[in-house]
Formats: sequence, structure tokens, C-alpha cells
Amino acid sequence: MSHPTMKEVLFNPVFANNPIALQILGICSALAVTSSLNTALVMSIALTLVTAFANLFISLIRVQIPSSIRMIVQMVIIASLVILVDQVLRAYAFNIAKQLSVFVGLIITNCIVMGRAEGFAMQNPPLLSFLDGVGNGLGYSAMLLLLGFVRELFGAGKLFGIDIIPLTKDGGWYEPNGLLLLPPSAFFLIGMIIWVLRQWKKNQVEPLVFAMAPQVSDKEGI
Amino acid sequence: MEHLISLFVRAVFIENMALSFFLGMCSFIAISKKVETAISLGIAVVVVQTITVPANNLMYTYLLRDGALAWAGLPDVDLSYLGLLSYIGLIASIVQILEMLLDKYLPSLYHALGIFLPLITVNCVILGGSLFMVERDYNFSESVVYGFGSGTGFALAISLLAAIREKLKYSDIPEGLRGLGITFITIGLMSLGFMSFSGVQL
Repeated sequence: MSHPTMKEVLFNPVFANNPIALQILGICSALAVTSSLNTALVMSIALTLVTAFANLFISLIRVQIPSSIRMIVQMVIIASLVILVDQVLRAYAFNIAKQLSVFVGLIITNCIVMGRAEGFAMQNPPLLSFLDGVGNGLGYSAMLLLLGFVRELFGAGKLFGIDIIPLTKDGGWYEPNGLLLLPPSAFFLIGMIIWVLRQWKKNQVEPLVFAMAPQVSDKEGI
Repeated sequence: MEHLISLFVRAVFIENMALSFFLGMCSFIAISKKVETAISLGIAVVVVQTITVPANNLMYTYLLRDGALAWAGLPDVDLSYLGLLSYIGLIASIVQILEMLLDKYLPSLYHALGIFLPLITVNCVILGGSLFMVERDYNFSESVVYGFGSGTGFALAISLLAAIREKLKYSDIPEGLRGLGITFITIGLMSLGFMSFSGVQL
């Protein structure tokens, strides 16, 4: 098996193999923190760092890990990195840490981190694994920032908390769509994004389970 | 008592783990293609959640919290920064023990739930439940009720979604939306429905 090149490893996860849109990994946090762009950005950075470094460290000791306890070893490495991120956020960005509440801690159980550690870092050399972590983190971030952008811009007329579209209540022309700030909108938006992505890349379309029978007689339509 | 009942109702309907906090989405979508498997996963989550949330509560109160080690003569020690690592460790070991016990004493149940147990260790619902418990400062009895309630909420949501998806297989959906896309939109509509519970005053 030939090793994938660095460019592939870094950019494939962003479009061709996006962890959220395609592999349905790590959606939990993707939805919950995207009602404002600030939290989405912080979360993206946190997850990219954790994935990259977890991949790096696991790959460094991949030969030494006995396969029967590899899950626990991976879990300990990931949890320690998340604790580090959590403590740094609490020290330097306490307000955002409060808004993210439990979701920083939930990076531990984010399937992207575990999935890349188990699926990629266990078989590949450290540098490549590190880049793979960064790539997957970027794929996650792209999706998160897109969601955060749409939700904050059309839901509150702001970006990063700065007014962009003047709202009617301040004498402007835009009536904000409050639904976009509520949980269901995140699901609708991801559904739409998947739709667009699959129209663009047809090979990702899922096959039908039960195809509809073609119409054979004129009377059926009546 | 009344307080506990309202906590339970809130955990099941108003603050539904899957539909209003988006927790456990990976398995929520991956295991909801058939109603039977969805119900098995739901039951497994209820069981594990009801055990781990109170267990983490005890560990937090007597080992990790600021000043919790006073009984060992160390009143100034604050180990709460070790929280994340300890919760996930405790969850992983409880799931492992549960798996072994079921295998030994209840093999039929083990065959029904067994494949889901390792998956549950990395399920956000379980860790999320413990983290919410710590953040909201629940006491022991509240944490039992909260664990049971949030697990039930997840089980309810995943069984409902599986029922809808079984019917969706027969419908004619636009090409790009097939499978994953329409599932997300369905979950969105369900979440909208569950939001109506938020008007309930408790």
C-alpha cells in the first residue's frame, strides 16, 4: 500500500471526504455551538489542535501500544489534551468557556478524534498523522464556520457580535429569523448542505432501498 | 418528591439529550435504521446512564470537588481539573464490567445489547450526562433521576426516529437528499416538535 501524499492528507477531508457531511462523525458539537460565530471559531480551533496532537502522540507510540488496551491508551491521551485545552480556555477566555459549557469536555467523545486516532494514526508515521489530524480538523472547522456564519448572520444580523445587517428594531430593514438561533435550524441547514454537496459530487449519493415501480398504465394516475 | 418528578419530566422532554442538546448524534443517526436495534440501543443507554451518572456524582463529591478530600485530611486539595479524565475512565470501566457481568449471568440479554455496549463508552450522551450533572451541581438523588430521565429521553427519541426512517425507505426522495440528508431534515422537524414542550411550566 502506497502512503498517501501530504497534500491529499491535508485537503481531502475538507471537501472530498468531509468528516461531518459524509462520514457523519462529530456532529454533536457541530450543531450545538454554531449559533454564534465566536463559539464556532473557538470550538474549531480547539478540535483541530486536539485531533492533530492526539494523532501525533498516538502515532509516535503506535508500535509500543499493546493492541488489547489501545482504546484506553488513546482515550487517556485525548482526555489529557482536552483537559489542557479546557484549562487554557478557562484561564484566557472565560466567557467563551462558559458559553461552550460541556461541549469542550465532549471533544473527548467526538468521533472524529477517536476515529482518526484509531483509523489513521495507528498505521502511519507521525508527521503524516499530524497533517491528517490538521486536515480533518479543517474539514470540521469549514463546516462549523459555514453553519455559524449562516446562523449568526441571518438569525441575529451580526458576525462575531458586530452588526452587519441593520435590524428593524434598530430602525434598519432586516427582520431577523429567530428560528435560525434555535436547535432545529442546525439540522435543516446540515441537511441542505449535504444536499448541495451531493448534487455536486454525484458519487456520494446513496442507493435506493426500494425503487418506485415505473408507471405502466394511464389509469394509475387517476 | 415533586421536585424530582419535574426534574425527570424536564430531562425526558424539555431538555431532550438528542433533540435539544444534539448529544449522541453519531449513534443516533447510525443505529436508527431499524426499530428493534434502535430500541435495544435505547435500553442500553438508559441502563448505562442510570449507573454512570450517580457513580460519577459520588466520585465528584467525595474525591474531586474543591475540599472533597477533607475526609482524608486534605481539605485544601482541589482535583476538579482531573474531572474529564476521571469521568471517562469510570464510564469505560463500568461499561466493561457491565459487559462481563451480562456475558456471565444474562447471556440472552448480552446477545441483544452486547454489540452496543462498547459503542456506548464513546457516546456523547453518557459523558454529557455526567458533565451536565457536575455543571448543575446535582446531589445524589437528583443525579439518579437525571441519569434515568436523560437516558429515557434519548431512547424515546431514537425509537421515534427509527420508526419514521423505516417508513421513509419507501418514499421517493430527491437524489441528493436520499439517506443522510432527509434524515437530518426529519430530525429537525422532530426537534421542532419537541420544542413545544418548552412551554410547559414546571
